[in-house]
Amino acid sequence: MEAGVISRGGGSGIPKRSPRARLADPAFRWALTAMALGLVALIVYFFILLIVKAEPTLSHVGVLSFAFSNNWDFGGEIFKAWPLLVGTLVTSALALLIGVPIAIATALFISELCPRRMRIPLTVLVDLTAAVPSVVFGLWGFFFLAPKLQGTAQWIADRLSFIPIIGGGHAAGPSYFVAGLVLAIMILPIVSAISREVIATVPLDHKEAALALGATRWEMIRMAVLPYSRAGIAGASMLGLGRAIGEAIAVSYVIGGNATLIHHIVEQGDSLAATIARSFNEANANQRGALIACGLLLFVLTLVVNFVARYFVARSTRALRAPPAAEPVASGAV
Amino acid sequence: MNGIPRRSDQGEEALPETAAAERQQNSPWTPSSATPIAATRSRAGDSREAPSQGRAVVLADLNAYYGKAHAIKGVGLDYAANQVTAMIGPSGCGKSTLVRCINRMHEEIPGAYTTGSIMLDDQDIYGENVDVVAVRRAVGMVFQKPNPFPTMSIFDNVAAGLRLTGGRRGGKRENIKDRVERSLRGAGLWEEVKDRLSEPGIGLSGGQQQRLCIARTIAVEPEVILMDEPCSALDPIATLKVEELIDELKTRYTIVIVTHNMQQAARVADTTAFMLAGELVEVGPTERIFTKPSDSRTEDYVSGKFG
Repeated sequence: MEAGVISRGGGSGIPKRSPRARLADPAFRWALTAMALGLVALIVYFFILLIVKAEPTLSHVGVLSFAFSNNWDFGGEIFKAWPLLVGTLVTSALALLIGVPIAIATALFISELCPRRMRIPLTVLVDLTAAVPSVVFGLWGFFFLAPKLQGTAQWIADRLSFIPIIGGGHAAGPSYFVAGLVLAIMILPIVSAISREVIATVPLDHKEAALALGATRWEMIRMAVLPYSRAGIAGASMLGLGRAIGEAIAVSYVIGGNATLIHHIVEQGDSLAATIARSFNEANANQRGALIACGLLLFVLTLVVNFVARYFVARSTRALRAPPAAEPVASGAV
Repeated sequence: MNGIPRRSDQGEEALPETAAAERQQNSPWTPSSATPIAATRSRAGDSREAPSQGRAVVLADLNAYYGKAHAIKGVGLDYAANQVTAMIGPSGCGKSTLVRCINRMHEEIPGAYTTGSIMLDDQDIYGENVDVVAVRRAVGMVFQKPNPFPTMSIFDNVAAGLRLTGGRRGGKRENIKDRVERSLRGAGLWEEVKDRLSEPGIGLSGGQQQRLCIARTIAVEPEVILMDEPCSALDPIATLKVEELIDELKTRYTIVIVTHNMQQAARVADTTAFMLAGELVEVGPTERIFTKPSDSRTEDYVSGKFG
């Protein structure tokens, strides 16, 4: 009761704000809420639109059959996109396999090993790689990388011919392998940049603890830096994977455009995004529906990858963070 | 890797023999040049209890810099073997920098460097061809804030140093297990953690974490242990435990402890050195420094007139 009196009699002590000034905060909050909701609405709208547009194809072919049956003949209007889905997964996996180790190595070099004077120029250089348009990567891959690599790819394929899919086959210029390689280069900057930021958050304490034990620089990295930043690096890789899955233009240049189920990674193939990018212009109504269905599949695939990634990141983060949360309880015990 | 790891029991020695021999030519940290103490020890040593003994450290005209800032100015100081020496002085006087020079951690800071010499017995740790990694294995360090590796279990934290290339002596799991137990006992932590060795090290209390860090340091059997304000993040009871531990550890190691806390210096140290603005003002038996200091600045500091 006392308190109520004081605040109502505010005229004496507490300066009054005008109604307009008092509106600023709620208005700001509402504006942000509206924008956030707008974004969610946009995604939902997008999803629904894709479903509606893809519906004719999907109901004609059957949803499961569309995604998991192996027969894609675009001209003949047979739309069973399993080969494309596999192509997307194979090229993305290759991109991660090749790109992530290099990205982590680059990040470690920049943040832990290179002379301080070189740090900023190198950082800028790596980040600039992200600014290269994907079509340029595509052209470079098609005109330069693919022909140059054909011999090497054949050599590797022959040596590894005892491994199914990875080895064997007749190396074409454009192929899953080249597409994976180009994608690896394309995801490098983002994976590297985020890994670098994560590595920079490793407390000096831990690094010094390792060094003071007589760790070499590499052992210090293995002992203190990598375990601490594992979750963040996993997250960075998943962002890279997202980019690799969705990349259309560059892949459409270097994958070959042969929509048969993969036999060997050095042979030509196709992916969901590349097919969409290549075929949309000349598509008739049926084909257009099929391409939109491909888009929907891509969308779902990305969502799944994201959820899986989040699960793994959350799990490894928990493993790192949970114990300190328990500390106050234990601290009474000396 | 170096002369020091060979101090252990015979069974573990087989493997690094060749590696040590290879290094012999280019590193002073070898059995041949490290002779006196290393040799006596491995002869005298019974195989279980590490027959350890600290080594003397002598600083001569030591200067340390952070870029252009001159943080340590021509310090000469003897740390006697198997004694506890406390470094006291106001904040920023360079006492932490000084001890970080003794295991060459100072140079890890970008732009930081030192001049002068630090002798560990008869070897200059800043000499040419000295392996920094070997120096740090001989001169262990405990930091101000307990810093167990957050992703590692209690066991793995203590074993961390043993699993480094320089610490692998036969590397058998049993050996590591024994060494971990011995180190945890040495740090007075075994009874508290023996049933939960696989739990994360950062689940322990602050005081336990600091003793875990001490266990991790003594697991690699250094000769000298540097402690940079090891109790400043701990409560009084945890501090007491660490101080008791320091008293036990000095029978086997030479200990240099930086402290802000003059009572602590009085409690644990045989010798106390007072620093001011990068210079060593006075060093002497702890009791004399606190009762009859010869320099008026020391007297002002220990009597609480400044700092």
